[in-house]
Amino acid sequence: MKEILVLVFAAASLTDALKEIAASWEIAGGERIVFNFAASSLLARQIREGAPADVFLSADEAQMDGLERAGLVVPGTRRSVLSNTLVAVVPKDSALRIASARDLAGPGVERLALAEPTSVPAGVYSKKFFERVGIWDALAPKVVPTENARATLAAVESGNVDAGIVYRTDAAISKHVRIAFEIPAAMGPAISYPFALVKGAPRETEARRFLAYLGSPAARAVFVRYGFLVKD
Amino acid sequence: MSEFAVDLPVVWFTLRVAALAVLLLAPFGLALALLLARRRFPGKALLETLVSLPLVLPPVATGLLLLKFLGRRGPGGRAARTLFGMDVVFTWKAVVVAMMVMSLPLLVRTARVAFEEVNPRLEAVARTLGASEARVLSTVTFPLASRGIAAGLLLAFARALGEFGATILVAGNIPGRTTTIATAIYNDVQTGLDGRAYGLLAVSAALAFGAIFLSEVWLKRRTNA
Repeated sequence: MKEILVLVFAAASLTDALKEIAASWEIAGGERIVFNFAASSLLARQIREGAPADVFLSADEAQMDGLERAGLVVPGTRRSVLSNTLVAVVPKDSALRIASARDLAGPGVERLALAEPTSVPAGVYSKKFFERVGIWDALAPKVVPTENARATLAAVESGNVDAGIVYRTDAAISKHVRIAFEIPAAMGPAISYPFALVKGAPRETEARRFLAYLGSPAARAVFVRYGFLVKD
Repeated sequence: MSEFAVDLPVVWFTLRVAALAVLLLAPFGLALALLLARRRFPGKALLETLVSLPLVLPPVATGLLLLKFLGRRGPGGRAARTLFGMDVVFTWKAVVVAMMVMSLPLLVRTARVAFEEVNPRLEAVARTLGASEARVLSTVTFPLASRGIAAGLLLAFARALGEFGATILVAGNIPGRTTTIATAIYNDVQTGLDGRAYGLLAVSAALAFGAIFLSEVWLKRRTNA
């Protein structure tokens, strides 16, 4: 008998929390979950090109909107319960003193890593925030765009950039970076993670159950522990 | 789908850095080819293997080695910062270095064959006529191997134009700074700008076709001569 594998396309920033949730789901008798972690924009693109995804867990509403318009989301399955905040991080051994967005524009920061700002959610959110506080034009020449939020984190960890913008949850899993300042949810753009069943999901029944499990108290507790904001 | 368009600044940038990479690589690569073609020395097989390594090693793996070496915490990156006060990784310089390393095997292998096909007797004759080693090289060896050398340089240039794996690791994909034709195609496809990707695809296909075609012509003419 062929083993049933549920293929979950998920935003890179969800990596650690989801792995833990999937492990407990499998222990509880659930089907095996196989993840494809990448930038939500890339995942949406892959789904549009016919990737056999069952579930899409996006890091922003725009990517899910695009799929929904293309008729690739099963109506009524879309829900957004998670949120996050952005933080500026620097390498742990960095001597830089950065306390606000303005400091990023100063001469101490030659290079600022952030996810690709036109399509990747973490980058889009970052750009939106910097535009709101009016320093995007000053920062743009320093920006080193990365593939996704986790790649930004890796760039900061390596010390090849002076600072980076990642989700608070990304910063929390790294021992090699330090949070310079946090962008409060009230000041930053509204970050929201919509989950949905992909139209034509090859393992629809199992996928529906996994989606429901993501909203269970056990799964919520894991998300909270990793620092996500969970809406009621 | 986005409209078909050719991203000229990216094409221009790529042509320039690839040309610079081949220019910087040429003296070293040709000397290496000549050394491998003409001399026997201990460790030669090892050197041959090392030179060809970038041809078969996953380009991303080569990129990782370069990133570790040229990064701010790597020996090369540190030296560049203390000596010149500049960064290498995530700049156009890193694009050039990645292209040089990835093109090296093609240049050396092609030029080496060309040097090997030069009859050593002709060189010996020149020497008996009193020509210095430098003169033998410039008047006998290089002219006779010129088509093979040109083909090698062209193949190296073509390889440099298409470099992706090492480039994206060590130079990133910074629009207007380090984005090349290859990394721009990747970007465009990811962001749904298919029309722009097709434009660059057309340009790369034309460049690759021209380079391979010319190098084949040069190599054939030499063997027929």
